[in-house]
Amino acid sequence: MDLETIKSELEASIPGARLEVIANPSPSAQHSLLVDAGHGLAVAQYLRDIARFDYCSNVTGIDWPPKELSEKIKVKKLIDGVEKDVDEVRKTTIPGYLEVVYHLFSQEKKLGPLPLRMRTADRVAGIHLPSLTPIWRSAEFQEREIFDLFGVHFDGHPDLRRILMWDDFVDHPMRRDYVDPDDYEYEPTAHDQVLQRANQHLNEVGGK
Amino acid sequence: MKRTKQLRIKDLRVDEQLKAELGKQGIFATTLQDLYNWGRKSSVWPLNFGLACCAIEMIATTMARYDLARFGAEVFRPSPRQADLMIVAGTVTKKMAPQVVRLYNQMPEPKYVISMGACAISGGPFKQGYNVLKGIDRYIPVDVYIPGCPPRPEALIDAFMMLQKKIDAQQLTGISRPRHLNAGEASEFTVPKFGAHDLEPTQNPAVWKVPLVQISNAPLSKAPDSKAGTDGSGND
Repeated sequence: MDLETIKSELEASIPGARLEVIANPSPSAQHSLLVDAGHGLAVAQYLRDIARFDYCSNVTGIDWPPKELSEKIKVKKLIDGVEKDVDEVRKTTIPGYLEVVYHLFSQEKKLGPLPLRMRTADRVAGIHLPSLTPIWRSAEFQEREIFDLFGVHFDGHPDLRRILMWDDFVDHPMRRDYVDPDDYEYEPTAHDQVLQRANQHLNEVGGK
Repeated sequence: MKRTKQLRIKDLRVDEQLKAELGKQGIFATTLQDLYNWGRKSSVWPLNFGLACCAIEMIATTMARYDLARFGAEVFRPSPRQADLMIVAGTVTKKMAPQVVRLYNQMPEPKYVISMGACAISGGPFKQGYNVLKGIDRYIPVDVYIPGCPPRPEALIDAFMMLQKKIDAQQLTGISRPRHLNAGEASEFTVPKFGAHDLEPTQNPAVWKVPLVQISNAPLSKAPDSKAGTDGSGND
């Protein structure tokens, strides 16, 4: 299975689809195909019906929080009338986004896995992605799980509800910035971070 | 038997020697309390209820090899209305906890609870997770705890025998009488509600209080220092 061939086939048959092959540098070399959210459904339809990827084994989510990059660059500056090279730190912030990965196989052609990725616009308002449940029915519960734990809204999902946590729960526990309930008041075998949090509770009780 | 001004329940106990003597003559002597306790301990019917892998061990305990029927507890009831014992066998998730407490409330008195396995005791390997209750004893009173992950059937049988001993030792009157004979004590416990971030309340203070334990190598006076804080952020 050659991802580049699949990519060029897709680009030829779905005009406007922005596709990108994301290389995996590890020995597994499991490269993946990134597709823009607008053409996700059409690409999935093509992959199932024409490329015969008839089996979606797994759907999972990834949270990419905003990342701050700082790089040192040399800038020429006039200091006391003399031009000198001065190191300057330039900071750039890459905005965060949520990503959904579908693992596709072809039972018919004995191909796979083909990881298909889709990314949301951001982590706050633009968290909508097309649901691929109409294409692969097996994605239904796993998209619900991603909706529950990451907070990605799948448009076109037949039954988008929380699946693991209760309906009134407001957080998304698998997001990197999730703050878990502070119930570390009793930790008989505490260590590391748990020990610190348990100690905070002990100090509160000791202070009273 | 000694004569006292006030007749106490412990004075009504049958003297063991006298009991043996009478037995030789073909007379069986006992007290109502002994009879009552014997009846209760010999037919404890557990609730047919399992939450995770510990339930598989509980099922194994009831089968022919370990044979819980020897202790009069083979009748697993599918309804809480007919059960005496709740074996909390497995991980209690926060989503399941209200249902567990509600099932316990629906059981008639006298009722007992065995907390089976690390998860039911404290949350076990999922203790620091966001979705697992840190011990069912935060909401309902537990009689016997079984450590293990999962505990072997022998451990469950041991816990069961411990419960039988506990039932056998109960006094029907006096301050140490069991809850179901004390009208002042509650038989139903608060069912937690689903909150926005956690269960509300996170524990029932009438049942569970924070055990004030000194955590090893952590002096109580030591404030959370800044060095520890940087360690924590480094893990991210």
